[in-house]
Amino acid sequence: MGLTAQSTGIYAFLEELSRSPVKADAVVALAGNPNTGKSTVFNGLTGLNQHTGNWPGKTVVLAKGNYRHRNKSITLVDLPGTYSLLANSADEQVARDFICFGDPDATVVVADATCLERNLNLVLQVIEITPKTILCVNLVDEAKRKRIEVDCPKLERSLGIPVVPAAARDKVGLTDLKEAIHKVVFGKQRNRPKRIVYNQAIEAVIGELQGEVKRLFQGKFNSRWVALRLLDGDPTLVNEMRNYLQRRQPKAEPFLEKGEGVKGFEQLSNRF
Amino acid sequence: MNNLATDFERLTQKAEAERKKLGAVRDQVVQALYREAQQIAEKVVKKEENKRDLDRTIDNIVTSKLLGYPLMLALLSFIFWLTISGANLPSALLADLLFGFQHRLTAFFQWVGAPAWLHGVLVLGMYRGLAWVVSVMLPPMAIFFPLFTFLEDLGYLPRVAFNLDRLFKKAGAHGKQILTMCMGFGCNAAGIIACRIIESPRERLIAILTNNFVPCNGRFPTMITMAAVFMGVLVSGYNTFAASFLVAGVVVLGVLVTLAVSWVLSKTLLKGVPSTFTLELPPYRLPKLGPLLIRSVLDRTLFVLMRAVVVAAPAGAVTWLLANLQVGDLSILAHLAGWLQGFGHAIGLDGFIVLAFILGLPANEIVIPILIMSYLAQGMMLELDSIDALRELLVNNGWTWLTTLNMILLSLLHFPCATTLLTIRKETQSTKWTVLAALIPTGIGILVCFGVTQIVRTLGLV
Repeated sequence: MGLTAQSTGIYAFLEELSRSPVKADAVVALAGNPNTGKSTVFNGLTGLNQHTGNWPGKTVVLAKGNYRHRNKSITLVDLPGTYSLLANSADEQVARDFICFGDPDATVVVADATCLERNLNLVLQVIEITPKTILCVNLVDEAKRKRIEVDCPKLERSLGIPVVPAAARDKVGLTDLKEAIHKVVFGKQRNRPKRIVYNQAIEAVIGELQGEVKRLFQGKFNSRWVALRLLDGDPTLVNEMRNYLQRRQPKAEPFLEKGEGVKGFEQLSNRF
Repeated sequence: MNNLATDFERLTQKAEAERKKLGAVRDQVVQALYREAQQIAEKVVKKEENKRDLDRTIDNIVTSKLLGYPLMLALLSFIFWLTISGANLPSALLADLLFGFQHRLTAFFQWVGAPAWLHGVLVLGMYRGLAWVVSVMLPPMAIFFPLFTFLEDLGYLPRVAFNLDRLFKKAGAHGKQILTMCMGFGCNAAGIIACRIIESPRERLIAILTNNFVPCNGRFPTMITMAAVFMGVLVSGYNTFAASFLVAGVVVLGVLVTLAVSWVLSKTLLKGVPSTFTLELPPYRLPKLGPLLIRSVLDRTLFVLMRAVVVAAPAGAVTWLLANLQVGDLSILAHLAGWLQGFGHAIGLDGFIVLAFILGLPANEIVIPILIMSYLAQGMMLELDSIDALRELLVNNGWTWLTTLNMILLSLLHFPCATTLLTIRKETQSTKWTVLAALIPTGIGILVCFGVTQIVRTLGLV
């Protein structure tokens, strides 16, 4: 009822993931802007011979693949390419829901070194949700040709998460990326991601809401982020939160709610 | 209801109350994110800037608060001026050529002894309709489309979107709607397909419903011709400059109506908040002339022209038949126009004009040819090789500057052509929205023309 077509897709996908015959040691999400070479990174990590499953949602395709590193099996989930996670489109909603509710063991954000600033928007939004984030600065070779240089160690200090430079097309930096993922997933490295500070008025309200969020979700999600999103009033996320609480208490009485998911034209037509 | 759920609802209500107090939270959040990203990028990215710097300087000018709008308007007027003044001569030449060939056709029909009605349908109806559409439409399109493609390839259009984004957001619409409107300049059906770039169904639907307020290429010739006639009636002598400003003004009016309708829709049928989006401002690139001409002439000019020709030929034949088949002492066309006369007069037009718009449903290009054909009692077109000849015909049929003005307004504000309607049906999968897409502009057009006419008549200006 409350589940939108997209979120159903995600949960069904997650269920299949957990039932998969080869149990992976960890699930890692792969996010990034469109055209950053995300798919090249995905293929480079999993290898083309690996099984890649296509998971069609309504408009959305999630692909998964596996690789082994240091004797651990990692399942990589390729999220749709998006510029943000503010759920303006079905793609963004799927990416956000997976990072937030899919509970991946780590999230890799692939960024384009030639236009880092725009890509950082997404990175900042991901580290607001989860500290277990790794940034892969891809296309460093192309950036070099364009005489653009990215200071990755400095970026690492600014963001508080591991930053790996890569040129995925030439398989440069992929081993480093696997290593960085390994460290984050298996707790060998604790990230302290940079916190984005909003203006005082917003910060004050976040502080007020945060306590109640912590109590309700029992530390399951980043309470600061949830408080911010509630304040932002994203209806799709509020719905997901409701669903989450309902799933946690299966005996709960289902309550009526308006369908506030990503709407198709059919639903808009009903407004006549 | 369990406790967790009630508590959660209370929490969301509290958040909502706080949000109302704070104002645009989403904007503030996005701003903070962008600022942070910018600060970090500045620290860690080293660039040897040269070309980019020039781009930024240009952008600072073309998207500045002070100069952004005037520059857009000036550019628009300039393009229309080039189109109108450049199209005059080739239009006249083409008309000479095509109408000259008609005499040969007539001679041929007489030589083989073909019946008069066959000659009427094929030559006076079909061929003349075609000749008009080709000679009037081809030159402006052959100038307008390359110019427009040039701006597109140069990378100016995203800057236009950037400039207008704020206005569209206030109207509850999506900033990318401007890009779909730019496509609509060529063809509204293409513009409606382009609406796919808008992810949110709500905003996409707004963009689809309002795309028709951008005058497409089928309506430009009508407007350009009417602007020329209008200026001729108002200020004796033909002034291309004034005519181009008038056409640019019509486009601006179209944008204003788009904003107004988008605003009303987003407050009523399609309630919601506009979504934030990232608009890439691509680097400026000087287009290569060869591919530009090939693309704009083959893909756009000839494509649109072919569509017009395919519709104009049968429409010319049908109009000839309507104008020549008599019922009682009047032609069918005259009967139809007679029924529409009262309504036409109320909105400052006449029955023939209203009928021409209705018969022009298959394609807007044929509205003027139909109109001219119907004005000529014998049901054939004059050799209207000059604007002056056309003006004479119109004035003889009781046209004033008010008629011309209303003609331009109704041309901008009426139902989309059949192709566009079919495209809307296909894209929305809904007959209701398709009907609405026809009703909204038609309703507005009738209201505007009625209002203008009543005001002008009351003030005794005509």
